[in-house]
Amino acid sequence: MTVPNSGHFPVNGHEPQVEPGDMLWAADAPIAVGMMRNDATDYASEYTEPTGKRERAGPSALRLIWIYPDLLSTYGDRGNLIMLTRRARLRGLRVEPIQVNSDQPVPRQGDIYLLGGGEDLPQVLAAQRLRASGGLSSAASDGAVIFAVCAGYQLIGTVFGGAQGEPVEGLGILDVSSGRGDQRGVGEVLADVDPRLSVDRLTGFENHQGVTRLGQGARPLARVVLGVGNGDGTEGAYADRVLGTYLHGPALVRNPGLADLLLSWAAGPLAPLADKDEIWARRLRTERLAAVPA
Amino acid sequence: MSRLPIRARVATTLGGAAGKMSRLTGRGDGSVIGGVVGLRVAPDLLRQLATGRQIVLVTGTNGKTTTTRLVTAAIGSLGQEVASNAFGANMESGLVSALSGAPDAPYAVLEVDERYLPSMIRATSARVVVLLNLSRDQMDRAAEIWLVARRWREAFAAAPDVRVVANADDPLVAWAAGSAGRVVWVAAGQRWHEDSWCCPQCGAHLRRDELGWRCGECGLSRPPARWVLDGDSVIDAAGTVSELHLSLPGRANRSNAVMALAVAGLFGADVDQALPSLRDVVSVAGRYTTVQRRGRELRLLLAKNPAGWLEAFDVLEPNPCPVLLAVNAQVPDGKDTSWLWDVDYRVLRGRHVLVAGERRIDLAVRLEADEVPFDLVETVDEAVDAVPPGGLDVIANYTAFQQIRVTLGRTA
Repeated sequence: MTVPNSGHFPVNGHEPQVEPGDMLWAADAPIAVGMMRNDATDYASEYTEPTGKRERAGPSALRLIWIYPDLLSTYGDRGNLIMLTRRARLRGLRVEPIQVNSDQPVPRQGDIYLLGGGEDLPQVLAAQRLRASGGLSSAASDGAVIFAVCAGYQLIGTVFGGAQGEPVEGLGILDVSSGRGDQRGVGEVLADVDPRLSVDRLTGFENHQGVTRLGQGARPLARVVLGVGNGDGTEGAYADRVLGTYLHGPALVRNPGLADLLLSWAAGPLAPLADKDEIWARRLRTERLAAVPA
Repeated sequence: MSRLPIRARVATTLGGAAGKMSRLTGRGDGSVIGGVVGLRVAPDLLRQLATGRQIVLVTGTNGKTTTTRLVTAAIGSLGQEVASNAFGANMESGLVSALSGAPDAPYAVLEVDERYLPSMIRATSARVVVLLNLSRDQMDRAAEIWLVARRWREAFAAAPDVRVVANADDPLVAWAAGSAGRVVWVAAGQRWHEDSWCCPQCGAHLRRDELGWRCGECGLSRPPARWVLDGDSVIDAAGTVSELHLSLPGRANRSNAVMALAVAGLFGADVDQALPSLRDVVSVAGRYTTVQRRGRELRLLLAKNPAGWLEAFDVLEPNPCPVLLAVNAQVPDGKDTSWLWDVDYRVLRGRHVLVAGERRIDLAVRLEADEVPFDLVETVDEAVDAVPPGGLDVIANYTAFQQIRVTLGRTA
């Protein structure tokens, strides 16, 4: 890695197989790894961090790519990366979590791509840079799994509303179009997932002013029981291995079934987790489902 | 008081009575209701109460209440009365209560909610505005921070006489203050970078090094600072270095103190004069208070958002001091607990961690994911009983903090 930015995984190409959670943070360094890609000295110092156990996860590892946390991470979006990593590793899968900032090319060979929420201006910037980079669209056409939340959900569609509500061209990866609604949807959401996906009722929190219409090429992810969702009684959308939702932030934390769906799309059938590893997630689900009127 | 018009005098009298009633009946500390009543009678009350005084407004995501206290202490070293909303009542009614409670104070140091800063600058004709930091906060009710920064910028452009004291190390703050006529830049530091990776002016990725931050695209960069926080020292505008030696713990409070000293400098109080009064501040509205409980010494730390938790971890007693974390999700806390996933809890590994609060299960899932072992407790006393005699650090978010204070009695 003394030659920065030479391969497909310029950011954290040297990412190790380490404990869950470890590589999801830009360590204690005040500067994210990617920011220094033109500075070999800084790369060297990054390399000499006290993590002697670093080694490449290898080509068989599941590559989880968190897209643009510098633009699309307003509220706990990291939680989705943490949950996917945890649930994969508990099943013995090798995982390589990779964080790609907006000044870096998006690698094409990821297995699961994650996009989070963002404010209006960052959302527009993210869409522009993703279009210029092309990596995400290529990965999508190669059949990669994409999980997009809130602003990320909107921008993988064909069009979305910009800072003044003006239409902004999206990536067109998912056949949905979004605009700005009259009022903000803020609060708990319950939604029943398309039975074809065999995922339990969704519980989450939404905070958006978007209204989304599905085109012919996308199916609603769920029917809203409580909350706003897409604005027409449906919530989220999916097509093939691309899935978007208005459940913002760490949506997979309260919906481990959805996390496992994404993992199974990328890695095939999954063994169930041991009860001891599911206790707290189940308690949280039960508590949140009981806390709102259904 | 006599210089106030009759309607304003009636309004402040009625407001004062309502505040007193609130305290007597135990419904509150009276710092909001008095202002609400007064404003009902005289909607222009804040402008009238502010007239003829030197007003300092303090805002930012974190450190408002503490910095307001420190600035009040620093300006107080000049020997004149200073009005202040010392208990964090930071909307219009709270400002009215503070000013009507000290009608003759020539100075006022007022904490202001970051969303209300533009209207409060107009209403008070503030002389000085202090900008601490901007980062993600309860997003189900707070505005998006880029939007807040833009509103600030517009407000300063419309008020060229305002002196701004701003943290140069926070790119969003620096961009917002950049439209002001006169700015005193303070290198107060920034630990939390997750909301300022990108240039607030053009959106390009910012570069950071030991000299600060800069945008490679549009050239926006960290302004040169006149005041600098350097470890435990402050370097003032003249280049003189002084040891801070505060009673309040942590880097965040050293940062707040340097901001306060820069403000005091504008009013003619130099570091030698102001610093001793800052050192006298030992707790702020219950924060950093130490409470004895059944042979344990509890220290109360408030943390309301990811940047605040980072600062709270910074002041924890060294391991093996156990720590109690308490999280609620009531309206003042934000009803959405997603922010828990923006906090890196791995620093707590190896400690005895106890978890409480109405949303303790959310916290349990979060800690499990970070491989931090924990014990669930129902009450603060259960936590007290679960740890050996000695220290117990308590980190709680807003309403969880208030509940713990009630449990521990108003001594806290």
